[in-house]
Amino acid sequence: MVTTVDQIFVILQHWFVGYLPAILQPFAGVLLNVVAIVVTFPALFAIAVLLERKGLGRMQNRIGPNRVGPYGILQPVADGLKSLTKEDIVPFRADGVVHFMAPVVLVVVVFMGFAVLPMGRNMTLVHMDSALLFYFSMGACTELAIFMAGWASRNKYSLLGAMRAVAQMISYEVPLLMSSVAVVMITGSLSLDKIVEAQNHYTWGLPHWYIFTPWGLLGFLMFAVAATAETNRSPFDLPEGESELVAGYFTEYSGFKFAEFFLGEYVGMLSISGLGATLFLGGWSAPLEILGFMPSWFWFFAKIMLSICVFIWLRGTLPRLRQDQLMNFAWKFVLPMTLLNLFVAGLWRFLGDGWVRWVVCSAILVLAYVFVGRAEMHRKHYGPRSYRYAE
Amino acid sequence: MLGEGILKGLAETAKNFAGSFVSKERMTTVEYPEERLPLPEASRNFPFLVYDGTDWEAGLRCVACQICEKECPPKCIYIDKSKDKKPDHVGKMQIYPTKFDIDISICMSCQICVEVCPFEAIKMDSEYELATDDRFGGLLLDRHQLAKPNEYYHKIHPTEAAEVDARLAEEKVKADAKAKAAAAAPKPAAVPAAKPAIVASSVASPKEGEAG
Amino acid sequence: MTIVFWVLAVTTISGGLAAVLLKNTVHCALAVTGAFAGLALLFLQLDAQFAGFAQILVYIGAVAILVVFAILLTRGSETPESGVFSRTWFAGLCIAAGVFAVMAWAILNSVSALPHETVAPDVSVLQIGNALMGRYVLPLEIVALLLTAAMIGAVIVAMHEKGDVK
Repeated sequence: MVTTVDQIFVILQHWFVGYLPAILQPFAGVLLNVVAIVVTFPALFAIAVLLERKGLGRMQNRIGPNRVGPYGILQPVADGLKSLTKEDIVPFRADGVVHFMAPVVLVVVVFMGFAVLPMGRNMTLVHMDSALLFYFSMGACTELAIFMAGWASRNKYSLLGAMRAVAQMISYEVPLLMSSVAVVMITGSLSLDKIVEAQNHYTWGLPHWYIFTPWGLLGFLMFAVAATAETNRSPFDLPEGESELVAGYFTEYSGFKFAEFFLGEYVGMLSISGLGATLFLGGWSAPLEILGFMPSWFWFFAKIMLSICVFIWLRGTLPRLRQDQLMNFAWKFVLPMTLLNLFVAGLWRFLGDGWVRWVVCSAILVLAYVFVGRAEMHRKHYGPRSYRYAE
Repeated sequence: MLGEGILKGLAETAKNFAGSFVSKERMTTVEYPEERLPLPEASRNFPFLVYDGTDWEAGLRCVACQICEKECPPKCIYIDKSKDKKPDHVGKMQIYPTKFDIDISICMSCQICVEVCPFEAIKMDSEYELATDDRFGGLLLDRHQLAKPNEYYHKIHPTEAAEVDARLAEEKVKADAKAKAAAAAPKPAAVPAAKPAIVASSVASPKEGEAG
Repeated sequence: MTIVFWVLAVTTISGGLAAVLLKNTVHCALAVTGAFAGLALLFLQLDAQFAGFAQILVYIGAVAILVVFAILLTRGSETPESGVFSRTWFAGLCIAAGVFAVMAWAILNSVSALPHETVAPDVSVLQIGNALMGRYVLPLEIVALLLTAAMIGAVIVAMHEKGDVK
């Protein structure tokens, strides 16, 4: 019974595909998986938007949307219908083809990332030897989509937003990769399935997730920071800072194309949450051994939604960073810490089992955190700022 | 330590989040159509015409002197003066406006009409739900729509209305004293007696005209 | 030679041609990106996952972005009024043809020298890593040194300009 519930989607897929002629079966199986992903994550996107609007409201002592449906739960439906029925305006001077391509590229690339995420036991769309590399290469393509959107709009705000977004995403991609490399070093594989398997065993009923190791904890924190910046979320939402850039790179988009950008942003959040959960939080494995009877996909999606809640919480709390602060933070704090983390992960691997590695690794990381952090905080003045005006 | 401030901030928002479910006082939202905040007494937006008594038409304090029409900066008031006189709510014969229109799509809420009115006949309203689907006719208010009883004035601007009433009563006392003094003088006694007779014959006609 | 190969080949070559022939510089950069993507897919078609994804990650994710940044931050983004070919197009063509001829000659010569394999070799990321850190560690370190030197040079160039403003 437990296995049936756990494997319900796999069984359903086999049952459905079984009705088709043999030639079509592999093709139909893949298509069915793709359809499932393309349906599930926009649904989660709707839930995430609702959660965000209600949650942010509560954090600011407001009620949030409560008009459409009971307690406002149908608000995403209303938003969706609105964006579908709005006029699609393309600026007169815009570069038509690139302007049209940008949201399409973004959404396609963002959805590609889900192909390698293990969403439950036996629930990976493509089993790939270098799955993590695939994920990051898809993530790198979103920058291009954003640049295309900003450039093709022929709007200064769009272009500025795009430039900011691309600069920020390139800067934070490095720590994002570096913090994931620690996991790869310990697991010895780029395959996300193997990474989950490596974390899916228990001692005294507690899981062996990587976040419960010194390097894993720091790696997870740095990954979370970089992921927040990578998805252009507050407090790193300079590219779409409303007070300066209207809406950043998608200022000149309306109607369904705007909805596509919105979708891309949130699905990107869901996807990077999924990756973070896979790398550090044990993917689809249960948080306690006695909870193993619950289906594996439940845990995966629970972890995703939990990290979405943290994203919302951060957005409700932190003010937006300035551009130089953003870059300083990336290159002078996050990157050195992830590099040190790589070293510590190596130590952890070669110090062998026992309490020695716990003490040594924790001591190095805590000391580094305290000292680097103190050095960062004591640099009160950043020196005179010079500007170069455009000729 | 680095990150301390972030944790403090997160604790604060978490407190807000949890608190918003527990205590109603935290919430700043006013769910507008269902609940409304009381307006401040000094709030004003568009003018209305005050009437005394129960019959809005007879009770209008306005005597169509047209000062407000002339003073109105955006020229949103239009007044037609009557040719005849009708008794007001106390029975005194007065000229009255056959037409008194205010286009509130033009009105800029400057209150100058109120300042210049010598008869305390026009006052500022605080009604704000004026949305309409007809932007021309719907925003052009005629004298029936503009007329509101003195009690309403007391309700929206109590202090001001009390002052106005006191002033009117004072004026009335003065006027009565004057009338008494005039009545005591023998000569012009015949004139007021003749006037009502003339007006009384033509009272019916403007009313019919307005109904049509 | 499957259909997929031909589709990818046409994509790659047309991307490359568009990069040369288009007038607008940013369009050229995007066309180059298309060519990069086609190349990456060709790698993937040959079951070289690591090379394919590294191609996407490095070329689309970094090099293409760098190219567009360079275009936007310099004054080269204006569309030229006359044709896209410079006056020295003939020399350029000669050099390109020469490089192509040398490479084709090298490849054609090496075909007979290589062992003929019917099954694609199953190279895992682990093997690539081991090779990079073992046998090819010296070239790797030399490349790293070169890149570091280039980066320091770039920083010095940028600092010099900043000093001028003050």
